[in-house]
Amino acid sequence: MIPKLTASLDFHGQALLLRAERQRLIAGNIANADTPGFKARDFDFASALRAASAASAAAGGNDTRAPGEGIAQGVMTAGGRPAPILRYAQPAQTHLDSNTVDMDRERAAFAHNATQYEATLRFINGSVRTTLDAMKSHHQG
Amino acid sequence: MSLSRIFDVAGSAVSAQSQRLNVVASNLANADTVAGPDGSPYKARQVVFQTLLMGAPGQREANAGVRVSTITESQATARRVHDPKHPGADADGYVTYSNVSPVEEMVNMISASRSYQNNVEVMNTARNLLLKTLQMGQS
Repeated sequence: MIPKLTASLDFHGQALLLRAERQRLIAGNIANADTPGFKARDFDFASALRAASAASAAAGGNDTRAPGEGIAQGVMTAGGRPAPILRYAQPAQTHLDSNTVDMDRERAAFAHNATQYEATLRFINGSVRTTLDAMKSHHQG
Repeated sequence: MSLSRIFDVAGSAVSAQSQRLNVVASNLANADTVAGPDGSPYKARQVVFQTLLMGAPGQREANAGVRVSTITESQATARRVHDPKHPGADADGYVTYSNVSPVEEMVNMISASRSYQNNVEVMNTARNLLLKTLQMGQS
């Protein structure tokens, strides 16, 4: 019963970690908007989340492995931190200093990612509230 | 927590951009200075940015901050104006001014202030997200 209740929390927790990771990456791109030779990087959120949830499904359930063991390479570090495969952005316009940060793209991605981070937070809050309601409804009516 | 590292990254960028603004300010202030007694006028300065990897080992490449690696002096030729009555004029009657180009500096200033604003916005967003994360499960 409880594993089923927490499964969706688990999924959203991973999504939240990946969103935070992506937010940090984009912040680094924005910070380096004027650095000569800097190459902007990003990762594909959908495939990173798919890989992360597949890895946790393999590690979860009734297995007896130590935490972090059997976690797929390029998905999470042993400490449970997400480590998605980073890709290089294709610049829409070339710069003389070979910097590939496209400020408009980065700003849009930053705002979009922030919104989706908040959405994930709301999903988690909703999940928690539902679980709590299910726990106390019997006594408090 | 990844989000709190954003403050390090954006903070390093804000500090680098403010250093750039400082250099622009000193260039603009010295746009009309005349060569001193040694004959060498003020030379325009430019900051050079460099990526600063500030993550933990193994995660280093993902945390890309900025720092000012060097400050270079422009080697453009100084502006020379024929003005024999000027106290700073040389034997031929020419006054040597600094090689600062005010237009370039203004453009540089706008660019620096925009980048500064961008990074402040990044920090504000990260702060809001962190505060909302702290309230997770409370509402």
